Amino acid sequence: MATEVKVTAHEQDLSGVASSGATTASEENEVVFDIRGLSVYYGEFKAVRDVSLAIRQHEITAFIGTSGCGKSTVLRCFNRMNDLIETARVEGEIDYHGIDLYGSNVDPVEVRRRIGMVFQKPNPFPKSIYDNLAFGPRIAGFKGDLDGLVEESLRRAALWDEVKDRLKDSAMGLSGGQQQRMCIARAVAVSPDVLLMDEPCASLDPIATARIEDLMQELKQDYTIVIVTHNMQQAARVSDRTAFFTTEVNELSDRRTGLLVEYDRTETIFSNPRDERTENYVTGRFG
Amino acid sequence: MGLTTTKQTQQAVAARIQRGGTDWKGLLFQLSVLASLVVALVLLLVLLWTVFWDGIGTLTERGLDFLTSGTSGNPDTAGVWQALYGSFWIAVFVVVFAIPTGIAAAIHLEEYARDNWLNRLINTTIRNLAGVPSIVYGILGFTVFVEILDGITGGRSVIAGGFTMAVLVLPIVIITSAEALRAVPYAIREAGYGVGASQWEVIRHHVLPYALPGILTGTVLSIARALGEAAPLILVGAVTGFFASSKDASFTDELQGPFTTLPNIIYDWARQPQAGWPENTAAAIIVLLVVVLTANATAIVFRNRYDKKRHQ
Repeated sequence: MATEVKVTAHEQDLSGVASSGATTASEENEVVFDIRGLSVYYGEFKAVRDVSLAIRQHEITAFIGTSGCGKSTVLRCFNRMNDLIETARVEGEIDYHGIDLYGSNVDPVEVRRRIGMVFQKPNPFPKSIYDNLAFGPRIAGFKGDLDGLVEESLRRAALWDEVKDRLKDSAMGLSGGQQQRMCIARAVAVSPDVLLMDEPCASLDPIATARIEDLMQELKQDYTIVIVTHNMQQAARVSDRTAFFTTEVNELSDRRTGLLVEYDRTETIFSNPRDERTENYVTGRFG
Repeated sequence: MGLTTTKQTQQAVAARIQRGGTDWKGLLFQLSVLASLVVALVLLLVLLWTVFWDGIGTLTERGLDFLTSGTSGNPDTAGVWQALYGSFWIAVFVVVFAIPTGIAAAIHLEEYARDNWLNRLINTTIRNLAGVPSIVYGILGFTVFVEILDGITGGRSVIAGGFTMAVLVLPIVIITSAEALRAVPYAIREAGYGVGASQWEVIRHHVLPYALPGILTGTVLSIARALGEAAPLILVGAVTGFFASSKDASFTDELQGPFTTLPNIIYDWARQPQAGWPENTAAAIIVLLVVVLTANATAIVFRNRYDKKRHQ
């Protein structure tokens, strides 16, 4: 692994390394997101600053860190979900397969079709399970076998056997864990390239959480997954790489600005971190 | 220690958690709010009962004849036909002009307008407009629809009255629709955008269906409001004498000619001192109440049906 390019913290200049589509000489996967010097503002407030990292295909990348450290904010830049917040503003660059995601000719709606999202709280549409799954493909102009697509998506989310007899029932009647798996199936149904998961297990019990974690390992074969989690054990269990974020006192206001401390392979982050702050966090000394 | 509790602990706990006496202040408060409710209910019931008692005789005696007869100087033959017809047209104008415009304006304010001082000003203004006394809308209707747009409305006509009422309820339609749209959970919008829907698709497939029961309730209530107004229509020219367009007038003549509505005919009849008119007035009030309450009941049925569908 001598030739392995270490993709780590923000001080490194990654622009020459993680250029689009280029795989390095080692067994590193292709880069999907190349983030360089990303800062996000809400109005005047700088929520997170100077994030640089590369997210690789068919890997699970976990974002961990204390509350308010900007990990969800960064995640929501990857499919331009932050566009929905009027005051949000992004600086720096996010290249998606070599294309500037915030380029003026990029359509955020098309971006979100390819980069799906699963939210912290399960958010089914107040419609039938079938309509929840079929909505994305329908608006994308899917002309094939919709029933088959719904079944396949539900199977992928390990939910088919539980709901196959009540596809026409309202999704609101499912349990929390089932709803979240349905939301994953809904995201998968539009055949995205990337799945962004914003604390997908935060409102679930340990059994439902375990099911979702198993599911992520399955989905990783076909998708690139980025997950934000408060749960360090979860990051250690499921992810290939981990980014640790923390906060610093902002000189201009009393709100804290988030920043990326360290980004590396998950086993390195948890067993041999380079930064003292990371070590303190993963060993449970704070946060 | 085992499982027994010592006497001292038991006494100490009893002193803390057992009831010390009646909470007089709380009881007094509860009784006074109940008394207010009873006063309000009794007043309402007395009012309804008096009207019912005075008017039911005329309605049962004359039956359909009361509904199909035109205005007349004779209380025994006078009926509410023109008034029903005028009120129907007022409702049509509200449904055709105020409701689509109001809902569309609400969608723009809630979904598209950016949060800046101008839009905040517009929002506040609309809220204030909903509180403007209806007689002021009457003056507006008289100036704009009767005088300026005389060529289209034919002056003091049901067209002018209908437009005036449409303008009057517009702020109400906007406010209730905007509130229904605001109540749509953000998570549903996020879910829509998350699977690659455009803003239009999110609004069309998720926001509007979710807000529909609330919007419907608001709009039906606004129709009820328009059906109950008398003052602005007097200014715009609702007939308060015994004459209105005859039953055989042509369609455009009817629309551009003199008109009256249920509240206006009630106002008019209530001023007649001769015997027979008080009973007619009460009967007309019953007709008006039935119309308005039917509208409100429709709104409630709509809302409940959609609410049930959503939470199944």
